[in-house]
Amino acid sequence: MLKEFDALKKKQFRILDNDGKVTSPKHFPEISDESLIKAYNDMLFARTADLMTVSYQRQGRIFTYPPNYGQEAISGAVAQVMRTDDWLVPAFREMGAWLAKGATLKDIFTYFMGYEQGNSWPQAHHFLPIAVPIASQLPHAAGIGYAINYQKKDEVVFAFVGDGGTSEGDFHEALNFAAVWKAPVIFIVQNNQFAISVPFRMQTVSEGIAIKAVAYGMPGIQVDGNDFFAMLATVREAFEHCRSGKGPVLIEAVTYRKGAHTTSDDPTKYRTQEEEEMWDKKDPMKRLRNYLLNKNLITPEEEKKLTEQFRLEVDRQFVEAENQPPYPLEDVFKYMYADMPDDLRKQQVEHERFLQWKESNA
Amino acid sequence: MKVMNMVIAINDALDIKLKEDPSIVVYGEDVGVEGGVFRITEGLQVKHGADRVFDSPLAESAIVGTAVGMAAAGLRPVVEMQFCGFVYPAFNQIISHLARMRNRSRGRFPMPVVVRIPYGGGINALEHHSESMEALYAQIPGLKVVIPSTPGDAKGLLISAIESEDPILFMEPKRIYRAIKQEVSEEKYSITIGKAKVLTPGTDVTVVAYGAMVREVQRALPRLKEAGISVELIDLRSIYPLDKETLAESIRKTGRLVFVAEEPTSFGVGSEIMAVASEEAFLYLEAPPKRVTAFDTIVPLPKGEHHYLISPEKIFYEIQKTVKF
Repeated sequence: MLKEFDALKKKQFRILDNDGKVTSPKHFPEISDESLIKAYNDMLFARTADLMTVSYQRQGRIFTYPPNYGQEAISGAVAQVMRTDDWLVPAFREMGAWLAKGATLKDIFTYFMGYEQGNSWPQAHHFLPIAVPIASQLPHAAGIGYAINYQKKDEVVFAFVGDGGTSEGDFHEALNFAAVWKAPVIFIVQNNQFAISVPFRMQTVSEGIAIKAVAYGMPGIQVDGNDFFAMLATVREAFEHCRSGKGPVLIEAVTYRKGAHTTSDDPTKYRTQEEEEMWDKKDPMKRLRNYLLNKNLITPEEEKKLTEQFRLEVDRQFVEAENQPPYPLEDVFKYMYADMPDDLRKQQVEHERFLQWKESNA
Repeated sequence: MKVMNMVIAINDALDIKLKEDPSIVVYGEDVGVEGGVFRITEGLQVKHGADRVFDSPLAESAIVGTAVGMAAAGLRPVVEMQFCGFVYPAFNQIISHLARMRNRSRGRFPMPVVVRIPYGGGINALEHHSESMEALYAQIPGLKVVIPSTPGDAKGLLISAIESEDPILFMEPKRIYRAIKQEVSEEKYSITIGKAKVLTPGTDVTVVAYGAMVREVQRALPRLKEAGISVELIDLRSIYPLDKETLAESIRKTGRLVFVAEEPTSFGVGSEIMAVASEEAFLYLEAPPKRVTAFDTIVPLPKGEHHYLISPEKIFYEIQKTVKF
């Protein structure tokens, strides 16, 4: 695929049409029915959790949250390929990949409820914290890639960024470093058409993001990011490319952010309902669902039952996150330094003295 | 006069200047169509055109860097950094070019640029959205750093900033963007940059604050009054240039100094204020000058932020300790 759909050919790689029919059987990736059903269910779980998180936010039970709605196939495909020792360098809109790495919903909720603890991912191996400053995580991916090569490890880095992030200097610098070092990094650009309110055409006048790979000297491919199978085939090939020592790959996954940028954002200010409806026809879950229904791999009844189970599970983890103890004062200080300066320790002690005074003078 | 919050007052200042001076352009991330994530620039693109108020690609370094170029070529850019934690990619442009272009070109290329930055905590924000790093900028030779504490001040100070030939970092305490409403003149007016304002005269202790902390000090005032403490509250308005004269005069009068800010304690604006007390009013001091400032830690996420933010109780506690010393 990396050759056939080389970015200079200006073709988007796609296997599944909007109705869930396979239009390009020769590219169809091998996957067992069992794995495929699991992949779909994982995506369904992520979507269920994502939509419920937005409602929790509306109920005032969680702070600002960036929805993933409409972008599930990208993380869903990565989840199939990424191994325990591979690295995940996240942006902030790839929940399915976080869950695949071993993060729990409870962690995710904890973070967006306003505790740093949630960003430590205690059960996830080789997973950096969520990166809010746009594209700033990409040089870390190149650095990890260098360390992998230096240590002669068989690991691959999956690094996420959005279309807006490709305008940042860090994007350019990270891709260049990774290419020069032949670092095993898969740069995944989720081109969801918007950087908050700014549409893709105002972000760059390039014919896409994938074509930028050519100048860095790495393969670039533009994929229909709402097509699970095309994403899976691409990520697999990129993964093998990295493992065989050939260096990084840039994947532009073309998708659409069906939700808001974050729960603080109002998309009606900058896009039309018509556009949203057009993209709704390309929804990644609908397309994969239609494929599975046609193949009799799932039934609407089973799916409904499963969704109900998922809803209960999401809520269980949410309530668990809600019921954690209050944020201790100590947690503001204790992770700042390995060797805590005395003066900082003193600041905590002095504040405790104030709190005692406050208690007795309330 | 019209009742305005700080968002409307800043919008009004931009509107007045855009109308008056065709060399002014306003841009940044989401500034145009959406009118900014805080709606500061709402309606300005429709009113003044997309060549004057517009969305830039997402790159802070280039936003400030292009402003340097525009200023060199005769424009007067007013650019927005979306949040205080996102300025750092632009740091090189700020420190290496914006702040020193005038000096490097021996005055040939002045930099009439305003960089607007919403800053500070208290709004339950995500990571990198709540910091108060004004001291970083105040230490850069060639820059001026202005911080308003009310809608009326925001309008007058921003108009002065836009009219200034020097580069100005205009830091907006986003916590009080909508929290304070007051009557503001709809006419054009300006407030001199570099002059502090004595908000309440007093005799026992000089309390210095700026931005959102002015309101927190004001909240502590009734209790202080009840305790028989007469506070002279000074709003700095400008971090650099610093109005040392007003500060020194007040400290010499009261003999005591408490500085309140949400910045980290060490090497901050507060350190400079302490220096004013020891350099300009040493023999008048009756108690050690005190900083009531944040811990030298990262601003915690919302559930831990109450530990970090400066409360009116803490302000009261420290002021009465200083007065009783």
